[in-house]
Amino acid sequence: MSAAGTAGGPGRAAAGGGAGPRLQITGLGISFGSRPVVALDELSVGAAEIVGLAGESGSGKSMTTLAVLGLAHTVGASVTGSIRLDGQELTVLSQSQLRELRGRRIAAVFQNPAAAFSPVYRVGHVVRRALRCHGASGSEADDRAAAAMRSVLLPPDLLRRYPSQLSGGQLQRVAIALALALQAEVLLADEPTSALDVTVQAEVLELLRGLRESAGLSILFISHDLAVVAELCDRVAVMRDGAIVEQGPAARLLSTPAAEYTAELLAAVPGLEAEA
Amino acid sequence: MAAAAPPLLRVEDLVVRYGPVTAVGGVSLELAPGPFGLGLVGESGSGKTTIGRALVRLAPVTSGRITFEGADIATLRGAGLQAYRRAVQIVFQDHEGSLDPRMKVGTTIAESLAAHQLAPLHQAGEQVAALLAETGLDPAFAARYPHQLSGGQRQRVAIARALSVRPRLLVLDEPTSALDVRAQARVLELIGGLRAERALSYLLITHNFGIVRQLCEQTAVLYLGRVAECGPTAQLLAAPAHPYTAALRSAVPQVAAQARTQRIALAGDPPDAAHPPAGCVFHPRCPVAVPRCRTEVPALRPAAPGRLAACHRAGEVLAGLDMPRLTAPGPGMLPRGPAGT
Repeated sequence: MSAAGTAGGPGRAAAGGGAGPRLQITGLGISFGSRPVVALDELSVGAAEIVGLAGESGSGKSMTTLAVLGLAHTVGASVTGSIRLDGQELTVLSQSQLRELRGRRIAAVFQNPAAAFSPVYRVGHVVRRALRCHGASGSEADDRAAAAMRSVLLPPDLLRRYPSQLSGGQLQRVAIALALALQAEVLLADEPTSALDVTVQAEVLELLRGLRESAGLSILFISHDLAVVAELCDRVAVMRDGAIVEQGPAARLLSTPAAEYTAELLAAVPGLEAEA
Repeated sequence: MAAAAPPLLRVEDLVVRYGPVTAVGGVSLELAPGPFGLGLVGESGSGKTTIGRALVRLAPVTSGRITFEGADIATLRGAGLQAYRRAVQIVFQDHEGSLDPRMKVGTTIAESLAAHQLAPLHQAGEQVAALLAETGLDPAFAARYPHQLSGGQRQRVAIARALSVRPRLLVLDEPTSALDVRAQARVLELIGGLRAERALSYLLITHNFGIVRQLCEQTAVLYLGRVAECGPTAQLLAAPAHPYTAALRSAVPQVAAQARTQRIALAGDPPDAAHPPAGCVFHPRCPVAVPRCRTEVPALRPAAPGRLAACHRAGEVLAGLDMPRLTAPGPGMLPRGPAGT
């Protein structure tokens, strides 16, 4: 891949498009020993689509993220069922095959961006090392890191800073830049804005929306905040106790929820209007 | 503010500096006797938590005064200080950090009662049970440890402990921001109920306009340690008098599509509190700044009856001054400070 292509172009949107969803989860079961924590029938994310996975703590949404990344075993969970990326079954891959794929084709950003960067390295070191691990040469890594920073609207010289010298919003954007630098097709965003201020949150949401447009990124957006989900997502799946309660187009589901649980979550969002 | 009765607590020109950083740069606030709620809204680094901590003497006051029923709290000693600590209690955001993990919930509350000579440590059971019940918890929880409770339950315990000494004023520092939405809704409901039953006055520190809308009649919006604007919450939300309030409000995500407004763009990132901009501290990011804003600090002055704003253009903003908004969002749309090399 050339450095110029790093920021993504309209061409990428078509890359995985056409035939079926980018990410397809079917009959996913996650359990700790004999205790099942997730039983998810069906969830998919199409090309350049943003799908919200909404639920409260303990609903299994973050475990689902880990399973998609092939990392559920690191917390002692076992996974059954099917997870396909552009039709390729991920659950049968070896760890080295998964390592090849993680970051490069499927990337993740988490709630606490500070935890994603070692405090002893400059952020540029982390970004470049990830690029080198996925085969970029030294100068190519520099170029791609800088281009990715520009695509998340940050000056590339921030790469010379340490994580502690960046704000939470800036760090989260660097984390997204890393995903872009590796040209991931699918981004798993697990509560990426929950720790951010509202104005910064709005900027990160705009960034994600823009990347879907410009780079054709597919995003699985995990959040407990239905207002954020409503602002960003095309479709929503509401999760409770490891299962999907309902899913559908965001506008329809959030205005006329079918499940009582969704209605409860919606009613709990403190609104700005005089009376909700 | 409108209150005819003298305020219960008054903050006058409070300044808190940590070395070169001015966390609070001259803030004045008033809390009326309960039932009354003042919301303190701001983003990270706005100084809202520092102000809350200063109210319970946990922040070093550089200058300015905090008076409770007319008495300067900095001069309180002995019995007077003990009485103040009973009158004003704080509930922290971090419910894990504010409860001792090795202490049963009942003991945590009983210890507070004992410290204020309201009950002997080992004979506080009935009061503890009543407090747990009042905050919506099963009195049997007294025998549990914090880790055996959910986040919402732990925050109720923290509230029960604060209530144990029969305070008249509560400082609630982001009491629900670590909770799931349903748990948050229930804790907010609890606070609303307690306010009426106990005639509580509270300072509610939050970044969430929806929460102050629900629980506070007055709201102050902070930016970089200064009050940008304050006034009755409903009016302030319906028609902001400060561009920062308008921008903050426009950034709040909304479930209902028809409630969404296009976001008012703020340039750049919040400034460094160690090097605040000259003139109006908000001017480098302000969408409607004029040359005067770069040199002249705007005083916090009346913008309308009951409303104060620190903006040279408050009158125009209040009248609906048009502000640049983001239309079709996408990368490259955001004006960022030093971006683009």
